[in-house]
Amino acid sequence: MRRMLVAVACVALLSSALAAHHATAVFDLGKRLTLTGTVTEWFWANPHCLLRFDVKNDNGETTHWVAETQAPPNMTPFGWSKQSFAVGDQVKVTLEPVKNGQPLGRILQVLLPDGKTLVAGNGLPPSGGDTRP
Amino acid sequence: MNPGLGIGDSRFGKTYAGAGFSRPAITAIAIVTLLSSVLLGQQGFRRTPGAVYDRDVPGTKSGPSPRRDISGIWEFANGGAEGIQADGAKAMPSDGKPEHELPFTAEGRKAFMNNKPTYGFTQVPSALTNDPMPGCDPQGFPRIVLHNAHHEQILQTTTQVVILYQFNKKWRSIWTDGRKLPSNPEVPAWDIKGSPPPEARFWGYSVGRWTDDYTFVADSNGFDDRTWLDNAGRPHSDALHIIETYHRLDADHLEKTITIDDPKYYTRPWVALDKMPYRLQSASLEIPEQECVPSETAKYNQLFANPAAK
Repeated sequence: MRRMLVAVACVALLSSALAAHHATAVFDLGKRLTLTGTVTEWFWANPHCLLRFDVKNDNGETTHWVAETQAPPNMTPFGWSKQSFAVGDQVKVTLEPVKNGQPLGRILQVLLPDGKTLVAGNGLPPSGGDTRP
Repeated sequence: MNPGLGIGDSRFGKTYAGAGFSRPAITAIAIVTLLSSVLLGQQGFRRTPGAVYDRDVPGTKSGPSPRRDISGIWEFANGGAEGIQADGAKAMPSDGKPEHELPFTAEGRKAFMNNKPTYGFTQVPSALTNDPMPGCDPQGFPRIVLHNAHHEQILQTTTQVVILYQFNKKWRSIWTDGRKLPSNPEVPAWDIKGSPPPEARFWGYSVGRWTDDYTFVADSNGFDDRTWLDNAGRPHSDALHIIETYHRLDADHLEKTITIDDPKYYTRPWVALDKMPYRLQSASLEIPEQECVPSETAKYNQLFANPAAK
């Protein structure tokens, strides 16, 4: 229970810091979506990496989502790499969507098939302030 | 966890000796450290590019500052995220707060309002920006330090202080051979036979001097006015003059201050980076590659930036 409270507190702090630091015009700040889908591409590139994935709804209809992260050098301290995703991976993506309703957003975290979670720092230092492997 | 000093690092022994550990304690730390690396499947203490390893360890004290020496690989003392100044220069972000309002001249304000940044108080959607950087035009100096700044490696020769920047693998030369800064970049104040007169440059023209044994000051002018000062669209004219101050605090710490002096666009000089603290990194740290790639940017715009702005 205590661990869960700490985790909730961390997420809350992270969220407020993100909103304050990256107040970009296109995002619906503070809104959160969690989507489960299948990876179609992981584009490890500047100025932002892109995770493309397909999400099926209850009617069997598929929506193609594109979600961004920061540039590679800003992601590696958080454990992300060019090999973080493979096509076909089943992932659960938490993101902040854009305002205009398009299936686009910026990633806050991704739950990987092996149960590990990748957190997008978005300019913040990794938790604990220690970036060593 | 060890404090980030690896085998082969010349400061390894110094730090532990200075910490006053007993021999059994040092042995125990060594065993635990080696075991950790084996368990993690790492090859020795290899450092991963992009990470910050050398941080201050509570209870340890840095050695004295070397004289007239700012060389080394430097990263922000409070972590790499300190260098990401999305909303503009660290000391004067574009956030609408009165205390961060820049002292624009009428001409400067007009230039600022003509710029369409994607961050800061006057931000627009990515698709509407006229920021030269997303298209991979040179970001130039000082933006390379006032926007998405990362590691810097400083080299010193008998005639120059050279700064290597991570982003786009750019570098600047600051002349220390006694030459003067040209009063007019088009008319050099020195005579180098056969050398063409300097023209406006994305990276300016820089000369530097030691004002005391631990403080290096560089002056730059001759800037191409197409670049922005920061990510929030702060402009500069061709009259831009920049003062950089590097103050070596001790063996491991450096402070950098950047002052913007542009009488055409600003009524008085203003401080863009105020004693930003840097921490010396291991000489074996690999600076990661970070390039602006036009084809990657085009794909990003097609898949994300343009549809997000509709």
